[in-house]
Amino acid sequence: MTPAPTVGIPGALRAVLLRDLRVALRRRADTGSALVFFVIVVSLFPLGVGPQFEMLRRIGPGVVWVAALLASMLAMGRLFADDHADGTLEQMLLSSVPLSLLVLAKTLAHWLSSGLLLVLVSPLLALQFDLGTDAAVVLLLSLLLGTPLLSLIGAIGAALTVGLRGAGVLLSLLVLPLATPVLIFGAGAVEATQAGLGVTAHFSLLGAMLLPALFLAPLAAAAALRISLE
Amino acid sequence: MSWTRYAAPQNFYPLAGRAVPWFAGLALLLGVVGLYIGFFVAPTDHQQGESYRIIFVHVPAAWMSMIIYLAMAFWAAIGLVFNTRLASMLALALAPTGAWMTFLALWTGALWGKPTWGTWWVWDARLTSELILLFLYIGFMSLHAAIDDERRADRAAALLALVGVVNVPIIYFSVKWWNTLHQGASVSLTKAPSMATTMLTGMLVMALAFWMYSIAVVLARTRVIILEREPHARWARQALGAA
Repeated sequence: MTPAPTVGIPGALRAVLLRDLRVALRRRADTGSALVFFVIVVSLFPLGVGPQFEMLRRIGPGVVWVAALLASMLAMGRLFADDHADGTLEQMLLSSVPLSLLVLAKTLAHWLSSGLLLVLVSPLLALQFDLGTDAAVVLLLSLLLGTPLLSLIGAIGAALTVGLRGAGVLLSLLVLPLATPVLIFGAGAVEATQAGLGVTAHFSLLGAMLLPALFLAPLAAAAALRISLE
Repeated sequence: MSWTRYAAPQNFYPLAGRAVPWFAGLALLLGVVGLYIGFFVAPTDHQQGESYRIIFVHVPAAWMSMIIYLAMAFWAAIGLVFNTRLASMLALALAPTGAWMTFLALWTGALWGKPTWGTWWVWDARLTSELILLFLYIGFMSLHAAIDDERRADRAAALLALVGVVNVPIIYFSVKWWNTLHQGASVSLTKAPSMATTMLTGMLVMALAFWMYSIAVVLARTRVIILEREPHARWARQALGAA
């Protein structure tokens, strides 16, 4: 019997990342549904509260951010669900590559195929709410900093709820309260721009939350996966 | 014989059974004394009139809501690290009482807010973070309830409680800064530090009463959880038969 070829940790992470991206590309309907959800939710608000631009400008940042939060949670359920269903997840648990790194690679792939799309479409929504160029740019940047955080926090929730019935709603129930700081500083950055204030503080705080989350969230999610699959 | 003997459910069960009446009795006694001080001894507030008297329920409930979350996370962590069944059961037993205290703090806060500020709810930093705390309790209990295997549920909920504990300060400060940014309906909750001694005494006695109540209820609930999980153990059948 020949020993299985070893790829090392970087190779394994690359393989997981590319595989998840490929799966996301081949399931465009699944990947796109969160994006469409995002656009629909944001577009419903003017219908609900009225089309006056003054009000839309004021609620715009918050609406886009809340919708991004909900869309991220909606997409989050799929992070581990498919791999759990076909047994891939168990192989990952058995792998010699640290599970937390595999989780990080999966989360990154997931963010590239969900969160990043939300970021890219956000200027369009900013136009709908008449936000102005400065605010639209800040909205894009705040989402760029914030959506990875949502994916990382969501990964913990997805790992805790993998394989449970009603996992989707439960995931939101667990994760949304924990994500409130991201919402506060993300939407706050745009509002600060609109008020003519600097955004450095908001971006610094988002970054300050992102860095420890990058380190801690994969560890917590890996521990949660071990609990879920024991 | 060491104190770890009581980490075993069959030894803890009778111990808790003996302790519950004491704590319940103390809760009743302290509650009566505290309410008496609160209603008849403490003076009327010169600004808020009689309505401030809800403080004797509101503040102890708010304190307990936070302390119980810490206690819950502590026992959950012990259960997760040392794989002790009783610690996880304690964490599970603490959650409903903590959620109830959080709800009570919010509810009495609303009742207090209406006469003093003219509104049931203010998006103040403390109210908002208390509300999020309630959501965290509900998340803990929902996750535990959603998993059929008890041990797996214990461990998953414990991890969630730990993630929550790390997040609680972040949530609190972000809500606080958010609140100072939005100066809109700004009602300052910071009370005057000069509180009449009798008011403070009443509040502290009530806080002790809430402690005793929580301990009594949590111990009683832990006993029920123990019996639920070990219905076929001989000692449990004997306990059930005797009861």
